[in-house]
Amino acid sequence: MTTMTETTVTQVYRVYIKATPEAIWEAITQPEWSQRYGYGGSVNYELRAGGKYIAYTSDAMRQHGAPDVAVDGEVVEVDPPRKLVQTWRMLMDEEMSAEGFTRLTYEIEPLGEGLTKLTLVHDLTGAPKLQLLLSGGMESGGAGGGWSWVLSDLKTLLETGDALGAWPTGS
Amino acid sequence: MGDDEDRVFKALADPTRRFLLDRLFVRDGRTLTELESELAMTRFGVMKHLRVLEDAGLVVTRRSGREKLHFLNPVPIRLIHDRWIDKYTERQVSALVDLKAELEERA
Repeated sequence: MTTMTETTVTQVYRVYIKATPEAIWEAITQPEWSQRYGYGGSVNYELRAGGKYIAYTSDAMRQHGAPDVAVDGEVVEVDPPRKLVQTWRMLMDEEMSAEGFTRLTYEIEPLGEGLTKLTLVHDLTGAPKLQLLLSGGMESGGAGGGWSWVLSDLKTLLETGDALGAWPTGS
Repeated sequence: MGDDEDRVFKALADPTRRFLLDRLFVRDGRTLTELESELAMTRFGVMKHLRVLEDAGLVVTRRSGREKLHFLNPVPIRLIHDRWIDKYTERQVSALVDLKAELEERA
């Protein structure tokens, strides 16, 4: 049942990738993969319920004065290679950090013939600034294109072995 | 890949469907009833358009209790952007888009 006490804000992103669910799972959870697409930072997942999640900034971001840790959170549910639920808090910006922990779910579903459906559901209730960042609304300021950009890059990496390009530094 | 792009371009080539995407951009996760109330069109007509958008991957539906909610999925547009716009003209296009937005804001 939906309660209207607080408006729920959820962003949903879906992409179809020619790769196995295992390859997609690795690309999300393993640092050697996470550094090759999207924002390009290393991740550290303790893959058990209650485990820690830390996403580090990339070298390029740190050269621009970013702190070491970009995002932190806690693992809520792990079902490799099909489902990962975690909390997620952006630490690179004071206001976003103050918006607190949000809830992120990855759903990975094989469709046959080597095609896999990846759905990312991010419950961003009570986090308006983070909503803007992750929907790509801050891209022209050099903050990257949010989840669509990350997933587009992930698809390119897994399908071609090459990502789209380096972290955009803006102009 | 080619088929996917065809579906996205075809889905976008209709003003009602673009209107529906714009409504979802403003507020995401809506029911058919909510979307229908903003269009002078039958429920069946809106359903048909939503189906085309869903087939193109531009709309994703999820159940929440007894309701079916429609979400805007921007990833297919991003893929086209990264494939086409980036490749040829990103810098010029974004400058023009910024200029257009700025001029319209002032108007």
